[in-house]
Amino acid sequence: MRSDLSSLQLYLALVAAGTGLAGLLAGLPTLGAAPLLTAFYALATLSLARLVMPWSLWLDLLLALLGAVALIASLPPGAAMPLHHWLALFSAWALAWLFVERLSAAIRRGRLPETGIGLIIPVLFGLALLVIWEVVTRGANVPPVLLPPPSAIWARLTAEVPLLWADFVQTFIKSVIPGYIIGCLAGLAVAIAVDRSPFLKAGVMPIGNFMSALPIIGIAPIMVMWFGFDWQSKAAVVVAMTFFPMLVNTVAGLNAASAIERDLMTTYAASYWQTLMKLRLPAAGPFIFNALKINSTLALIGAIVAEFFGTPVVGMGFRISTGVGRLAIDLVWAEIAVAAVAGSAFYAGVALVERAVTFWHPSVRGGRA
Amino acid sequence: MSDTVIETSFAKDTGPAVVRAEHLGLTFPTGDGDVVALSDVNLTINKGDFVSFIGPSGCGKTTFLRTIADLEKPTSGTLTINGMSAEEARRARAYGYVFQAPALYPWRTIEKNIALPLEIMGYAPAQQAERIKRTMDLVNLSGFEKKYPWQLSGGMQQRASIARALAFDADLLLMDEPFGALDEIVRDHLNSELLKLWDRTQKTICFVTHSIPEAVYLSTKIVVMSPRPGRVTDVIESTLPRERPLDIRETPEFLAIAARVRDGLRAGHSYDGEHV
Repeated sequence: MRSDLSSLQLYLALVAAGTGLAGLLAGLPTLGAAPLLTAFYALATLSLARLVMPWSLWLDLLLALLGAVALIASLPPGAAMPLHHWLALFSAWALAWLFVERLSAAIRRGRLPETGIGLIIPVLFGLALLVIWEVVTRGANVPPVLLPPPSAIWARLTAEVPLLWADFVQTFIKSVIPGYIIGCLAGLAVAIAVDRSPFLKAGVMPIGNFMSALPIIGIAPIMVMWFGFDWQSKAAVVVAMTFFPMLVNTVAGLNAASAIERDLMTTYAASYWQTLMKLRLPAAGPFIFNALKINSTLALIGAIVAEFFGTPVVGMGFRISTGVGRLAIDLVWAEIAVAAVAGSAFYAGVALVERAVTFWHPSVRGGRA
Repeated sequence: MSDTVIETSFAKDTGPAVVRAEHLGLTFPTGDGDVVALSDVNLTINKGDFVSFIGPSGCGKTTFLRTIADLEKPTSGTLTINGMSAEEARRARAYGYVFQAPALYPWRTIEKNIALPLEIMGYAPAQQAERIKRTMDLVNLSGFEKKYPWQLSGGMQQRASIARALAFDADLLLMDEPFGALDEIVRDHLNSELLKLWDRTQKTICFVTHSIPEAVYLSTKIVVMSPRPGRVTDVIESTLPRERPLDIRETPEFLAIAARVRDGLRAGHSYDGEHV
């Protein structure tokens, strides 16, 4: 027996080959119907050869990909797929898992470089999720109203680019970005004021706390009454949502400078503003960026939900609420996909700026304090 | 060593008073009663002196230094720095302070850290550059201008913090156990460098330590303190010459002064023992 397989890897290899063999036997009566799938069954069974000879982990990846392609290619249109296809899905899934296990073990032992190669794991994970989603929804004939397959969502996405773009501009560019900037700046400014004045600390902090506890579905209709149906009311909801995380984090961050660092400023007879700009704000950087990251996701959620309560006939939240009503679920999912990509990109952008600005913090440079 | 050498070294050290404390007292109110950190401290530090404060923890040596720096307010007695009150002296930027930790700002390079007091005090950029270069040469850190503090060893960080305290024109240098966290070898090295620096810059230095050899090796005047309440028990004028190679620590004079410091510390402790 080859020794470089852990017990989990061995188990996965046996499952992959076993289900492959079972699929081959079950598929024998309809051998000609899906030749690619039959080839996959045969190769998956043959992968048992790893027990007696070297077997590259990349072969496992190729086999898993072949299984995925074969499964999707042999999906019958408009009907449930034959039962033995589930064995193929199981086998391909086990092979993909086995590949990821072996790859991460190889990276851990330093036999493969982390950078670049390490990206394969999350990509493959996402891909596996999409393939399973596609095969399960179409293979089991799930009604599209419950869950449309990714291919249908993608088709809708590409067909409706102008509509989705208009929604994106309305919600993200017009509501999220201004609301985010105003909310974060206001939180920062109020935090500095609160930090300076004990009176404001006693007065403003409880109100901020109270504001953050207000449910968004309570604020949104009120904002629509105050600021009208267009993006201004959505931006106002975003301001209300992003203000408090920034306030609390900045107030905490302004106390992050150590006593000795402040004493140093006192010995220089530095003014309040000099101490603020040269010591306390830089030291608060990691806290402020925490708030910026939290707010980047909160802002998008806030704007989308706010659009459920009155909006012109454009916007991501509007499209989702009306799409559900018209049973255009694939459009809803396309909108969700756009929101997810936009939100992740926003977050990643803020995180990149954070790395550049707080490069000195132990959590970023990966050193000791 | 001849008597004349000692005479001249004394004559050189006795300038006008830089720090004058009279009946100085400081009491911290705490949850379970007042803590007397300083009690009836009388001390004069003259221009050009190198004064060490030595004593066990809780004796008020750091508190006294922080009082000179106006980081703590005395509750009784008078304290003048260059004839001014401590607060006026701080506002006039009369002293540079070196803390127990380097306290370099991690988002600034070494040269930018040294520039920090210069920026705050409004020096012109050309002057800043000239002073950064001069002080970095003085503490032997040239070549590390663009490094960040966390890229340097502890000894180098503390040297950078000394350079920062020397960058502006303060004649008084207050040092609170600056080498306490460093190992013995680095410490010896930095001690002899500090003596050379003191000789070259003609500054008045107040130096807090808990090491007897360090105090005796560095100082022209050793202030022995004891705790509960924090007070001065002995002030020893050193008879060692200004020029001090490291092996002076094996001479009989050195050992005699060290013995007197040790006696002073023991006296403080026996007083403490009566109360236990």
